[in-house]
Amino acid sequence: MNKEATWEYAPAPETTSVSIDDRYGLFIDGKFVASRGRTRFDTINPSNEKTISSLAEAGKADVDAAVAAARTAFRKWSRTSPLTRAKYLYRIARRIQERARELAILETIDGGKPIKESRDVDIPLVAQHFFHHAGWCDKLRWAVPGNTDPRPIGVCAQVIPWNFPLLMAAWKLAPALACGNTVVLKPAETTSLTALRLAEILEECELPQGVVNIVTGAGETGRRLVEHKGVDKVAFTGSTEVGKRIALACAGTRKRVTLELGGKSPNIIFADAAIDQAIEGVVAGIWFNQGHVCCAGSRLFVEESIHDTFVRRLEHRMSKLRVGDPLDKNTDVGAINSREQLDRINHYMQCGVEEGATINQSNGSKMPSSGFWCRPTFFTGVQPTARIAREEIFGPVLSVMTFRTPEEAIERANDSPYGLSAGVWTDKGSKVFDIAARLKAGIVWCNTYNKFDASSPFGGFKESGWGREGGRHGLAAYLT
Amino acid sequence: MKAAGTVSPHISRESTTMSKNSNSRVEVIKTWKLYVGGAFPRSESGRSTEVSDARGRTIGHVCRASRKDLRDAVEIAGKAAGAWSRRTGYNRGQILYRMAEMAEGRREELTQAIRDCGGGSLSEARKETNATIDRLVSMAGWTDKVEQVHGCRNQVAGPYHNMSIPEPVGVVGVIAPPTPSLLGLVSMIGPALATGCTVVALGSEPHPLPTVLLGEICATSDVPPGVVNLLTGRKSELLPHFGEHRAFDAVMAAGLSARQRKDLQIGAVDALVRCHPNLDSRPFDDEDHWTSPAALTPCLEVKTMWHPVGV
Repeated sequence: MNKEATWEYAPAPETTSVSIDDRYGLFIDGKFVASRGRTRFDTINPSNEKTISSLAEAGKADVDAAVAAARTAFRKWSRTSPLTRAKYLYRIARRIQERARELAILETIDGGKPIKESRDVDIPLVAQHFFHHAGWCDKLRWAVPGNTDPRPIGVCAQVIPWNFPLLMAAWKLAPALACGNTVVLKPAETTSLTALRLAEILEECELPQGVVNIVTGAGETGRRLVEHKGVDKVAFTGSTEVGKRIALACAGTRKRVTLELGGKSPNIIFADAAIDQAIEGVVAGIWFNQGHVCCAGSRLFVEESIHDTFVRRLEHRMSKLRVGDPLDKNTDVGAINSREQLDRINHYMQCGVEEGATINQSNGSKMPSSGFWCRPTFFTGVQPTARIAREEIFGPVLSVMTFRTPEEAIERANDSPYGLSAGVWTDKGSKVFDIAARLKAGIVWCNTYNKFDASSPFGGFKESGWGREGGRHGLAAYLT
Repeated sequence: MKAAGTVSPHISRESTTMSKNSNSRVEVIKTWKLYVGGAFPRSESGRSTEVSDARGRTIGHVCRASRKDLRDAVEIAGKAAGAWSRRTGYNRGQILYRMAEMAEGRREELTQAIRDCGGGSLSEARKETNATIDRLVSMAGWTDKVEQVHGCRNQVAGPYHNMSIPEPVGVVGVIAPPTPSLLGLVSMIGPALATGCTVVALGSEPHPLPTVLLGEICATSDVPPGVVNLLTGRKSELLPHFGEHRAFDAVMAAGLSARQRKDLQIGAVDALVRCHPNLDSRPFDDEDHWTSPAALTPCLEVKTMWHPVGV
């Protein structure tokens, strides 16, 4: 252990020439408009707690107006020729690529994620998502087996989380628009700026007015939106708790619902794995995006015979992660998204200690004096019944456990109400297929982890949600 | 003979008919039992309901399943799920085809069962039997093609092999419509079996005989015990438990009122059970739909697998 090991790199800050308005309105019917109400809230930079901008909290009248605009726009958009729809989406993809740098910086300022992730992962995937789905517009008849006459559903209410703000907006918008639906999107209250910037891009691309409407606000705005009678389809990404509330509110209505919810995903390391790669996979699985990832590999199962070596190497690797200024290109772990989330993570770490697990935070990064920060952490000696082994923490906190046989690994991996994703590490091909087939998870990363692609369906089994997003399978959610 | 439970309106107006025809042979009046775990148990509740034909003549009794019967059946279906899903599609296909063969041999009986309890004309009942057998034949052909049609390799922008493969969703709860009593039930069970799911089904309440006959067909068709479990009983009594049972992976229903659909959906929220309360939005005689890959979709869960490519 070398807790003092701070590498003396020179700082490598990204230049931040991004203009941000002092206040933003709502994007309804193709225009930025003031909220009908007067309630506003501030969005802050979680790495220094400074206020960045003031946002409108959409109330009932605003949500009504947004849904009405989407309804009106649906009449035309649903009948717009598929190739024309495609051309709008291609335009959007292009403008996102061209404005990628600006979007990445804005994402990092508003949400706290390291610039290397927003720059190299989030924004490129956003552009790819629009580009990929643009191509589907005129091919929908071949997308869903058994549906030879696919039609759009109508007005979609889409509520997205704060962990991948613009990427989640893209995951929701691109397939909805490709299939001929119109949308009211509500970004998370702590990370609305890139969605509002996307609205500017949509304006620039001359997307017909009302096809996409963006209302900012917190839980109450989201509730009003998904419960609105003018909505035909609800798509939500967020916690399982809120997802269930939405499912309940939509029961007995004509609304179609897809939910992409929480996880407590297992990452299984067999003794015959390529250990160096597996270590990197564990790092990518739990410390990517500060662990604010629904599919984070937060339960690590290591084959008992290699446990001690593996943990030692993991500790060494963790100690080299650089925590700090998200705008520094060397930063690996950025700021926790909000004080509320930091409190939640700290609470779980406290639980872990109280429940008798051993905490390890070997990382010598100097924590900035303001902002919300959490050192990368793992626990060893975790009991399967411990809260840190069962509940979603949504932070950079890993629970390390062991197993002796493949059967035990599978049983313990599947022993969770969640079923979003899983990781398997072994160099034995036949074992990969066997284990992957028996894991109850929507995504199984074999000898890799946390990889995403517009063409690859994402979504979970069990209480991790309903439906898939992305790829051919994701289109079904937006067609009838 | 057990005491009859409360009798539903279309069943039996005069149970005294049992003693008519005193100068002819006394009929053997059967009690049709549940089909659970490959056996034919009575309801643990001891309850049964009298069944009468269109003219009100008592022709037998069916068991009235309780919540406990449902729970037992779900547990058994859960235990059978793994082995059934791991069988090859080829093997499952032969078993479904065997069901069609057995049904073919009992065509007249099935047709009569549809017509008993006041069900329509002979020609309509024959049509329904034929369509049901054909549905089983079609499903027998799906078993080893589900993955090809519903799955695909995804062309990700990187050096990864990435494929999405449909898997059986698991244990499926089925609430069959009142009519078509045979075709509705088989249209819903068939896709579950073809995809590798196990089933607990509640048959038509007013027309229970096709359900019990289907149990006999399963029992003689190499369907492994526990893969198909068939209950007869009251929809109003069992429906809430179908929704709320956490061991179901999916529930699907037809012939429900708006209120019942909502209740089923509300019950399913707690464990986020996949809920399809309105499967009869496509009529069961719509062969194009019910033999298409779309009919299989509610029984599937898609798994996407990534693996790096390289040396």
